[in-house]
Amino acid sequence: MVYLTRLEHFNAAHKLYNPGWSREKNEEVFGKCANENWHGHNYDLYVTIKGDPDPDTGFLFDVKKLSQIIKDQVIEKVDHRNLNLEVDFLKGKMCSTENLAIGIWQQLVPHLPAEIKLHCIKLYETPRIYVEYFG
Amino acid sequence: MSVRERKVAVFRKEHFNAAHRIFNPAWDDRKNAEVFGKCSNPNYHGHNYELIVKVVGVPDPETGYVMDMKVLSRITAEEVLEKFDHKNLNLDTEYFKDLNPTAEHIAMVIYDLLRVRIDSKLDLQVRLYETERNFVEYPAD
Repeated sequence: MVYLTRLEHFNAAHKLYNPGWSREKNEEVFGKCANENWHGHNYDLYVTIKGDPDPDTGFLFDVKKLSQIIKDQVIEKVDHRNLNLEVDFLKGKMCSTENLAIGIWQQLVPHLPAEIKLHCIKLYETPRIYVEYFG
Repeated sequence: MSVRERKVAVFRKEHFNAAHRIFNPAWDDRKNAEVFGKCSNPNYHGHNYELIVKVVGVPDPETGYVMDMKVLSRITAEEVLEKFDHKNLNLDTEYFKDLNPTAEHIAMVIYDLLRVRIDSKLDLQVRLYETERNFVEYPAD
């Protein structure tokens, strides 16, 4: 078993705001992250897959293909976007880094070959804050 | 020249994050999209900005400091972070009502905000990273 990681970047606007709560409650819980006019981040996305290298290529998976899948299924949908308003796989969900990582996992799994297992989505919201999701 | 006469540079690093949109109101949506691409998204996008404030001068003979870094940190927090952090630069700040919030303009605005708070004997330069790979400096030389 070997693990292979591809790093991609995107940036986006979002806010942490629960529409079921009052503005006061949102501000109390989410602080400045609840700013109604949004704020934003440069996100770093680490996608790690696992499996055994192909005996003919020595590759676990062609990393250019992995990059293309991540670009098509994730980056195209989130880069330079408003995560609350424009991202179909986050509709109705809170736009936390946790939920974004889970959503990215769900976006990628159907597009990977059966023999390739997704191992981890590691998503940095800032250089000091990141989440990991292992499915 | 002795150590007591020479200039030295001190730096303070800060960070903030914000939403923005690059947009020229004199142009229609199509022209904005053509020139600014996805940076012109009407629903905004955002960045983690990293700010490096550089102050140059001869260290004070009594303290050995060019400038007390706690003071520089406080001024930067008051003038920049409180105004820009977790804000929409287009909507929530007074500086980009008629000025496109490009990294160039943000750096120049930050320079002006800090310049008036820092002793005029000291030189000031700001470097602003919009992403790890895109950054600007003002003044340019």
